[in-house]
Amino acid sequence: MKDRSLVQIALYAAIFAVLGLMPKFDLPIAGGVPITAQSMGAMLAGVMLGAKRGALAMLLVLFVVALGAPILAGGRGGLGVFFTPSAGFIFGWVAAAFVAGGLMSLLRRQAVFASALIASVVGGIVVLYAFGIAGMALKTDLSLIDAAKACLIFIPGDAIKAVLTALVAQTVARGMPEALLSRTR
Amino acid sequence: MISLYLAERTWAHGVPAGWKLLALALISLAITPFDSVALMGGLLAAVLVLYVSLGRAALRQVALLRPLLPLLVILLGLHWWTGSLTAGIAMVLRLLAMILLANAVTMTTRMDDMMDAVEPILRPLALFGLSPRAVALMVAMMLRFVPLLFALWEALGESYRARTGKRGGWRLLAPFCIQTLRLSHHTAEALTARGGAPRGKRR
Repeated sequence: MKDRSLVQIALYAAIFAVLGLMPKFDLPIAGGVPITAQSMGAMLAGVMLGAKRGALAMLLVLFVVALGAPILAGGRGGLGVFFTPSAGFIFGWVAAAFVAGGLMSLLRRQAVFASALIASVVGGIVVLYAFGIAGMALKTDLSLIDAAKACLIFIPGDAIKAVLTALVAQTVARGMPEALLSRTR
Repeated sequence: MISLYLAERTWAHGVPAGWKLLALALISLAITPFDSVALMGGLLAAVLVLYVSLGRAALRQVALLRPLLPLLVILLGLHWWTGSLTAGIAMVLRLLAMILLANAVTMTTRMDDMMDAVEPILRPLALFGLSPRAVALMVAMMLRFVPLLFALWEALGESYRARTGKRGGWRLLAPFCIQTLRLSHHTAEALTARGGAPRGKRR
């Protein structure tokens, strides 16, 4: 692996941590349910870095969390988070970044904003919630439908994050096109 | 950066990291097939006794569970709704016990000991040309990037306020990404200039 990829993987893992630690970034919707910017980190990693590097960045996050660093939203971290009901979402970030990155390079010929939005929605919402809901059903003995009900409240926030991710991708594509690694070879 | 690690030495600090991880994995596997309230309550009580034996600083970390409470209440409610309140209580007790137990391993194990303990698991990565030392380097870089990125965000926010008098919020994201990517290019060049990241084989 090239040095540059290595650094970029570490960088997006760090951006993910920063998004989680940012206290003022909560989106005030859905009746005060704390919504953090963290899952946007997974969308960004996939959309910006591409499938492989994006997924590796999320794996690095998981690894550092398991090592004991409190880098998840609200200062959570350590091995405990892998036993919470939302552990499925944590593993889902890897798949979310991979799918978002894959879609981004698949839609290479389309407009940046549209393809980044599609990539974020499919990767960061559809795939992520599939993992999250399955994980929650597994951990809590609820049926998939009931587990889905407990998660749906977060969807509006994630839709906003997908739009923001697409806006960022578009701006970066304009300001520094070579930085959109998911589209360059 | 704040850490979940307990600086004060306890008896559990002396247990090798590998054993603690193995015990955690075995316990989590062993309790999976059971869902009796008595058993899960007993497990949670045992974990709390463990916390008491680790001292006051450890007990204070139980407060980490607080953000989880709304979710647990919702999940318990869903169980009640579908007509199995006892199963719901067992589920909540199991979750609490396992989260606390896993956190106890984190609390009493230094990060580099944990790194050493998982190194054998990382060894197969060499097949993909990624040495465990490159992973260690990435972990270190990531942890170093976090405060750096915070400072960068603050600087961008300040200059935005100076120009407009308002808080930047999400508008800072795009310049932030461009700045950070530039930072990563410089870091990569510096890394290459110093001989590059460790390769698959140890030299």
